[in-house]
Amino acid sequence: MNKKTFAAFVGPSVVMMILFIAIPLIFVLIQSFQVTQPVTELVEVEKCTPGFTGQICETKIETRQMFDDAGNPLRQTKFVGFDSYNKVLELQRAGAALAEGSIKAFLQIDFWKALRFTLTFTLITLPLVLGVGLLIALAVNNATQRIKGPIIFISLLPFIITPVIGALAIRWLFIGDGILTAAIEWYLARDVALFAQGWTIELMMLFYRVWHVAPFAFVVFYAGLQTVNQDTIESAIIDGASRFERLRYVIIPHMMPLVVFVALIHLMDAYRAFEEIVGFSSQAHIISLQWLTYDFLQADDSGNRSISRASASAMLTMIGIVLLLFPLLRKTWQDYRGGKI
Amino acid sequence: MKFKSIIIAGALSVMSTGAMADCAFTNVNTVKSLSAAFEAWKAVTSAMGECGNVEAELDQEFRTKQPEAFAANPSLYHIGGVANSTAVPLIDAGTIRPLDDLVAKYGQHLKPNQLVVVDGKIMAIAMMVNAQHMMYRNDILADLGIEAPQTYEEVLAAAEKIKAAGVVDYPLGGTYKTGWNLAEEFVNMYMGFDGAFFNADLTPSINNANGVAALEMMKKLTAYMDPEYLVSDSTYVQQQFQQGKIAMANLWASRAAAMDNAEESQVVGKVTMSTAPTVGGGSTPASTLWWDGIVIAANISDSAADNAFRVAMEGLDKEMVQANNDAAVWLVDGYEPTAAAAGAFATAENGAKPYPASKQMSLMHTALGNGIAAYLTGEKSASAALADIEAAYTTAAKEGGLLN
Repeated sequence: MNKKTFAAFVGPSVVMMILFIAIPLIFVLIQSFQVTQPVTELVEVEKCTPGFTGQICETKIETRQMFDDAGNPLRQTKFVGFDSYNKVLELQRAGAALAEGSIKAFLQIDFWKALRFTLTFTLITLPLVLGVGLLIALAVNNATQRIKGPIIFISLLPFIITPVIGALAIRWLFIGDGILTAAIEWYLARDVALFAQGWTIELMMLFYRVWHVAPFAFVVFYAGLQTVNQDTIESAIIDGASRFERLRYVIIPHMMPLVVFVALIHLMDAYRAFEEIVGFSSQAHIISLQWLTYDFLQADDSGNRSISRASASAMLTMIGIVLLLFPLLRKTWQDYRGGKI
Repeated sequence: MKFKSIIIAGALSVMSTGAMADCAFTNVNTVKSLSAAFEAWKAVTSAMGECGNVEAELDQEFRTKQPEAFAANPSLYHIGGVANSTAVPLIDAGTIRPLDDLVAKYGQHLKPNQLVVVDGKIMAIAMMVNAQHMMYRNDILADLGIEAPQTYEEVLAAAEKIKAAGVVDYPLGGTYKTGWNLAEEFVNMYMGFDGAFFNADLTPSINNANGVAALEMMKKLTAYMDPEYLVSDSTYVQQQFQQGKIAMANLWASRAAAMDNAEESQVVGKVTMSTAPTVGGGSTPASTLWWDGIVIAANISDSAADNAFRVAMEGLDKEMVQANNDAAVWLVDGYEPTAAAAGAFATAENGAKPYPASKQMSLMHTALGNGIAAYLTGEKSASAALADIEAAYTTAAKEGGLLN
């Protein structure tokens, strides 16, 4: 392919990536080092609001927005360096907790609590997704032609459902006396409340994520299985390799690049865990890094939002993903340099 | 009685056919409104629609849209539907106009009670109020010989008896869902202890004996609730009531009518509405009063504002209230309080205070909503949780330029 054709094919997507990924990212980076505030003054205000029998008047000291001559609200933007990052990370408090040797106090700090959950969630679901995906792929591959279609369709269903809807569906199965909770209660003959403590919610989240993502791994692996060299398999059979040995020494090495690919995508997705938190309303027990960013960014009733801390938190999430992907990316790069791919 | 229901039926049928007969004038200019989407707003906006050329947008996400939409010039909406807390950013940014002239011109029929006045200027017209108050199963309390509880201490004693009798799954219900709901429960309880949220310089002041006492009372109550109380919101508690799973709850007045809705409820006629209890020997009910009402945009011409206000007044008239008497606890003239509103009235008469809405209070509300659960789950002590909430508030207020 000559350079001109290459540019014509790649150009549009590069432009889109610059426009929709690079530029916003630069803005977020800048915002994370700045704070924009309204200019306010303290005033005494008398407010009268309705009661049933009559008005209720109160005098309170409040801040009031100041305006310029044209009637626009005054704002000021200042450079704060790493202040917003520090407010998210709460390093002094974290340091003090660790110096005391109190893991409990350390994990009470929002960011570290969220990081703890996000990392365990990501690392536990990864092998499960790969394993379950491979199992379904092998099962479907060995199924007879007639039922393959329906099995593929049913296995793909969880992946098609919108993540938040899927999380809500699981929530309604288990919350209060939901169908499945009622079933568990009947089986164990005791009262069960799955949303009352952190670990049961965390288990449901793991279950939900594996249920939701395994079909993606399955589709990729199933496609990979179609490309396994049948001659190699046959020679392995002739050499007396058992079914497991064929899987271990022929099929999996062949599919390794696909495993790395699925792992990369899953690590990226799972580190941004969010639907689980919102779907299960688990904020009381469990929060994730992405939810923390959302919480900073979400405006309250009076329109306050913490954009600087949200930006800092988003940048930290990105740094986290890069760190997590680094070993896999380096391996892929080395394979590529060594000409293995 | 029969005559009245005939009138109501008549009014309803007029509304449903969308006839423009009920409007005192024919509106020729487009009037746009943005408000929340619950039943009362549906009633008001459809009554405004009778004047013609009204584009009403009902959206539960109105609060995130309103500040930007009203800051545009010209404003994207003429009329806004707001509550205590959602009026704050509009007043603060100066994007809604004082209504004194318009009230003098078209609003003589408004009760003084409906006027929301900030620094001597009328900024909003309230149409309804809402508050959390006690609802209890009169049959269960009568069977067990329990008097209607007037204080939270009596609520605990009653809950213990109900638990011992084993007549319901859980004696109490509570809107303790982490976030806004849980924070509101604390605000109610803390106000019952006469607590103040801020010092004179707007630094936080909740980490004190009253704050700890409020949290401890909340924890004692949770012992009688469904263990999943940290995910239970108003709708969940309402359903627990309707399905006969709980016997008492401090629930919103706007949910009261649902208890007697025979289509959903198994406890029709068995739920009595009464005042929000006091707590800790105090005299103020542990509840806060909320209002909903309308505001008019600043960034529109005076004639457009004049027109929009007339349309809004048509939406808030006597006919609308008579046709939708049970949709809310209306402040508008013509409202006939029903048994469902008795709890809200009693709470207000006993001196419950308005929700202390301000920019700082919203930050405090968010910090409370995120921080209280750690105490209820036993992760932190009461004063540690309150100290962390104060720290979270201080960080957010400094970042927002609301605290030096």
